[in-house]
Amino acid sequence: MSTDETAPDAAPRVLGVPAMGLVVLVGVSGSGKSTFAARHFRSTEVISSDFCRGVVSDDENDQSASADAFSLLHTVVDIRLRRGLLTVVDATNVQPRARAELLAIAKANDVLSTAIVLDVPEALARERNRVRPDRDFGDHVIRRQRRDLRQSLKYLRKEGFRKIHVLDGVEEIERVAIERERAWPDRRELTGPFDVIGDIHGCREELEELLTTLGYAIARDDRGRAVGAHHPEGRTTVFVGDLVDRGPDTPGVLRLAMGMVRDGDALCVPGNHENKLIRALKGAKVQTTHGLAESLEQLGRESEGFRKEVLDFCDGLVSHLILDEGRLVVAHAGLKEAYHGRASGRVRSFALYGDTTGETDEYGLPVRLPWARDYRGKAAVVYGHTPVLKAEWVNNTLCLDTGCVFGGRLTALRYPEREIVDVAARETWYEPSRPLGGETADGPTERSDAVVDITDVGFGDHGSGQFVETEHGAVRTNGASTLGALEVMSRFAVDPRWLLYLPPTMAPAPTSAEAGYLEHPTEAFAWYRGAGIGQVVCEEKHMGSRAVAVLCRDAEAAERRFVPGEFGTVYTRTGRPFFNDPVLQAEVIDRLRAAVTEAGLWDRLGTDWIALDGEMLPWSAKARELIRSQYASVGAAARASLPAAGTALAAAAARGLDVGRLVEKVERSTVRMEEFSRVYRRYSWDTDGIAGLRFAPFMVLATEGREYTDADHLWHMAIAERLAEADPLVRVTRYLVVDTTDPSACASAASWWKDMVDAGGEGMVVKPLQGARAEGGKGLTQPGLKVRGPEYLRIIYGPDYTDPDRLEVLKDRGLGRKTGLAMREHKLGLESLARHARREPLWRVHEPVFAVLALETEPVDPRL
Amino acid sequence: MLLTITTTATPEAPATDLGFLLQKHPDRAQSFEQSFGTAHVFYPEATEERCTAALLLEVDPQALLRTRTSVSTPDFALAQYVNDRPFATSSLFTVALGRVFRSALKGDCRARPELVTTPLPLELRLPAVPCRAGADKARALFEPLGWRVTAEPVPLDPGLPDWGDSHYLSLTLTGEQVLSEALSHLYVLLPAMDGNKHYWVDRTEIDKLLRAGGLRVTDPEAETTEEDPDTEAGSRWLARHPERAWITRRYLNRRATYVRTALARLAEADDVAEDEGVDDPSLEEAPVVTPEGEERPPSLAEQRAGAVLAVLRAEGVSSVLDLGCGSGALLTKLVADPTLERVTGVDVDTVSLQMAHRRTCRGCAPGNRRHRNLFADAEGTREKGTRPPRPDLLVGSAVYRDARFAGHDAIVLMEVVEHLDPARLPALEETVFASARPRIVVVTTPNAEYNVHYEGLADGAFRHADHRFEWNRAEFTLWADGVAERNGYTVRYLPVGPEDPTTGSPTQMGVFTR
Repeated sequence: MSTDETAPDAAPRVLGVPAMGLVVLVGVSGSGKSTFAARHFRSTEVISSDFCRGVVSDDENDQSASADAFSLLHTVVDIRLRRGLLTVVDATNVQPRARAELLAIAKANDVLSTAIVLDVPEALARERNRVRPDRDFGDHVIRRQRRDLRQSLKYLRKEGFRKIHVLDGVEEIERVAIERERAWPDRRELTGPFDVIGDIHGCREELEELLTTLGYAIARDDRGRAVGAHHPEGRTTVFVGDLVDRGPDTPGVLRLAMGMVRDGDALCVPGNHENKLIRALKGAKVQTTHGLAESLEQLGRESEGFRKEVLDFCDGLVSHLILDEGRLVVAHAGLKEAYHGRASGRVRSFALYGDTTGETDEYGLPVRLPWARDYRGKAAVVYGHTPVLKAEWVNNTLCLDTGCVFGGRLTALRYPEREIVDVAARETWYEPSRPLGGETADGPTERSDAVVDITDVGFGDHGSGQFVETEHGAVRTNGASTLGALEVMSRFAVDPRWLLYLPPTMAPAPTSAEAGYLEHPTEAFAWYRGAGIGQVVCEEKHMGSRAVAVLCRDAEAAERRFVPGEFGTVYTRTGRPFFNDPVLQAEVIDRLRAAVTEAGLWDRLGTDWIALDGEMLPWSAKARELIRSQYASVGAAARASLPAAGTALAAAAARGLDVGRLVEKVERSTVRMEEFSRVYRRYSWDTDGIAGLRFAPFMVLATEGREYTDADHLWHMAIAERLAEADPLVRVTRYLVVDTTDPSACASAASWWKDMVDAGGEGMVVKPLQGARAEGGKGLTQPGLKVRGPEYLRIIYGPDYTDPDRLEVLKDRGLGRKTGLAMREHKLGLESLARHARREPLWRVHEPVFAVLALETEPVDPRL
Repeated sequence: MLLTITTTATPEAPATDLGFLLQKHPDRAQSFEQSFGTAHVFYPEATEERCTAALLLEVDPQALLRTRTSVSTPDFALAQYVNDRPFATSSLFTVALGRVFRSALKGDCRARPELVTTPLPLELRLPAVPCRAGADKARALFEPLGWRVTAEPVPLDPGLPDWGDSHYLSLTLTGEQVLSEALSHLYVLLPAMDGNKHYWVDRTEIDKLLRAGGLRVTDPEAETTEEDPDTEAGSRWLARHPERAWITRRYLNRRATYVRTALARLAEADDVAEDEGVDDPSLEEAPVVTPEGEERPPSLAEQRAGAVLAVLRAEGVSSVLDLGCGSGALLTKLVADPTLERVTGVDVDTVSLQMAHRRTCRGCAPGNRRHRNLFADAEGTREKGTRPPRPDLLVGSAVYRDARFAGHDAIVLMEVVEHLDPARLPALEETVFASARPRIVVVTTPNAEYNVHYEGLADGAFRHADHRFEWNRAEFTLWADGVAERNGYTVRYLPVGPEDPTTGSPTQMGVFTR
């Protein structure tokens, strides 16, 4: 904040520059700006006018290209500042107009500007230019630049530079060290844990009660007044502002809060009420409405010294705080992402008052824009300011103002636990001008996140397709596949609030080398062995239809976490309702909920809802039309025509015609078709409503605040067995644990598989025992490989696929694409469950779910 | 897969003359390679009294993979390995029939020219004919041509006895017929019954149909039909067939413009009134040709669009967004209205949007009537070129909030809400009424009460297979009043279409204003 005066000294002179902001070098041609910049900044941080001239004209000294060069320079500066990067402008910048344009760009990006003036003797600058053959301009140019510079010096502050460093002479320039100063709000090194407390408004008693509930020990002075509070586990309180006004004891609240801040037990951001109080205390004429009169009256009874302390405290508060490595942002009225860590009048105004339109509503209160609804930032934003009935997360934002002073509650957020703790107001201290929690006339949009924005699923200005960051790397979807997914999601899927997960596709085991087999367990075991997985579990593969069941214990759970007015849902692998008949759906959900209750899982898992991934049987329950048109019809046509062909051929053969090969072929085909028909018949049985249905769960996906991709498969199987004991609707899955490094275990597992498929089973899935998150030698590994039985594959590859020549061709199938797709979808699946467990906003959960659907619309051989 | 043709001796000729007509020797088994397999011709019996020729098509599934197809099942690639083509008399079979018996079909027989026009006692047997329209349809198709028809539905699966019959018929046709005519009947009617061609149907298919249907087609390029004055102009059996409209539509894979061309030419050939495609939903949207000077009452769809337009004009709307614009039925009218400065069409289905684009744009490049593929990726597009940039066509959804929807005076939801599951209506409400918040919202939807007036619509059934619900007037009002109240709109209700005193109008409309 100070214009440093020169003080020749051996120690380097430290110049502070904002870690995120604009640095403008000011100096005549030949003053050594480029050398200075190269010494102190990264090359990518420096943008020079000479360089831009070169880019637009191939000649760094082409003065006629200056207009374009500066246009480019300004564009680059703008982009870098928008992206929050320190940017150093290396140009003479001796003229006020040149600096004004740069300052305007910095202001538009809400960052601070620093000027570093390099003042060297004119003779030296002349000399330096003379030895550079490309600088052929006359001495008068330098003289004019220097004159401009001298005139500029006294105006730099007024122009809008927050800091100005003037370096007088070569020696001083040589002796400089640059220190990058983080912006004041940037306190990311503080990692808490925190207790963020909402608007207090002079409710001291409630504050003391809340602090006590949170576990703080309150320190009192000799008059019994609370003057501090310390948490034995070293937690830190963060006040969201509006400590003052309206309530019964503003001075008491301030005394406690100021003490906590002084002792390092608390942080505080200012609210709009503190802002106004500052002005009143400074003697400005302000209207004493909205409870300011009460504060002034109460403070009037305090000492002059206390009032001075209050003024200093409030005046020293920074608009917002960035905490916990950037994961938590606290601002009184919230803050949109573009403003995080920035500094400008409008950032401060947003933090204090919110995103207001300037209009007022029917109660005379400002109309606010729904910034929280559109918030897409990674940092959680915790704020107060607008009284709400209940503190609820919306798009990773949380409003903690629950109207204590209006007779509501005083609320705190335990962070990172994300737990809400609150105490009731002792009385209605102040009458609200608008009903508490009432919705504005403009509709209940601000706190609504039941609907996803089209830009969240890959449609928008920045090209098409999604780019989903997952724990295991980013996954992209292309534009064409998002188109297909949008249609399915819009027209057929259940409410996206139910869709916490879509089952990823599963790759088959590598093609078998064994004669007569396309798939065989040997290859699956070998694959996992090669991937560094020693223990796998083989699970019987049920031939039915994939079904995800989300079940809620009560209506409250459904309303809180999913969709009000329902108790659960069952959806398919593309997110469609599993049952067309709502009555049947309700019956299945009720039975499964009862089974969860009976099995004691609500208590055991500490939850009031559960999501299960499984297979609904029989296949014909969902796929009857598919079986009819795709499979049974083929059988019908074959049974009608093969005997007729056989008869005709037999007659021809009897006449001595050479049709022997055809006779044989028809006979073989007749056998194959019978085998083929046996396959689909086996997976078709009659159901009457729920009677005949079976649900085979093989994985608990999630419960409240928890997902189970880290649980091993024996645990999941045990849960399924408990459910099956509770209700015969639930079917268990046979399984076998195999050590992939034990040849005899692998061999006996292969014969276990063979027995199963010989008896008509579809096959099995081999999974790493450790669970879905299992990692092998190369990180995340395939969550499962399917090994389908040879008979089952007839309905996939055709009745005759086992003919040696056909099998030979099929063994050439390429699996790379399918395997890659399975892995990408697996990453998305893990991500959506993790986001849901972290109670992230709907759009964050929907993003990877939508991407799975998009990937599923990509063309890949459906037989794999 | 199999056709047997049996004939018996006549006083004039032995049964084995069939061999001359088919130009296939009765004592040899012959094979003919096709792109999709092999066709075999052999004779199970060949005596003076009775002769049977068999055409057996052996389909190679691998070869089938290489042929292009218009079969549009979602699991089509799956269907390539598992399908009925090797066993049923599909379009593959018809193609083989046309090639292997080409001369017989054309009526050429150099050895015995006199045989060509002689009716023979014939019996044709086809064990598995795909015909979803059922046995009655098969009779209706062949009986007018002089065949006695035995059509037995093939059971679906003895292992699934409760699942009923398959869509295949075991078909036996007997009658005195000229062989070339008999084969042409199969050549046209088998694909019509199947309705599922394995190849892309283009314009040349029209001439193929008309020629096989007994019409002289002299210049296939000129697409005109010239009756040859000198010779007997074919049998014209298709032109006289009472089911010609059905046959034509199915043969031409329901491609509406081709169907109209073909029907017009058939009508011309036989001086009969033109058929109107009414029973096929895919033709419902096609403009109907009316005799000159005659005024046809506007269809319900036209009245609906008219009513929407009237509301927009009455409300002084200058920009409108048609949400769920489909293939552009309303957009074409909106674009033609000079009072509208900005028209935007939004749909979730890119194929429909592409059609809407073709209907509202006169060619993306001036002087060139070709259209760009607008939706190769997820971007919507603005039409560029010399014409005013309208309408904007965007890929979007009524249940995803979309900033692009804002800035229009009005949003029209014409016959859209009933295509959403009721559970998704709150999302639509949020998107349209809470987020985009235009001054005017127009919603039209069927009035379920009116359905009693539709013959053939079962009690409680919906007008369209994709309708998730159809509201009566009270239900619509309940929803619309709630939407209006929650979002600060007022709503008024208008009938669209003929109003019945007890059931109301076929379409109900709500106009929301704020």
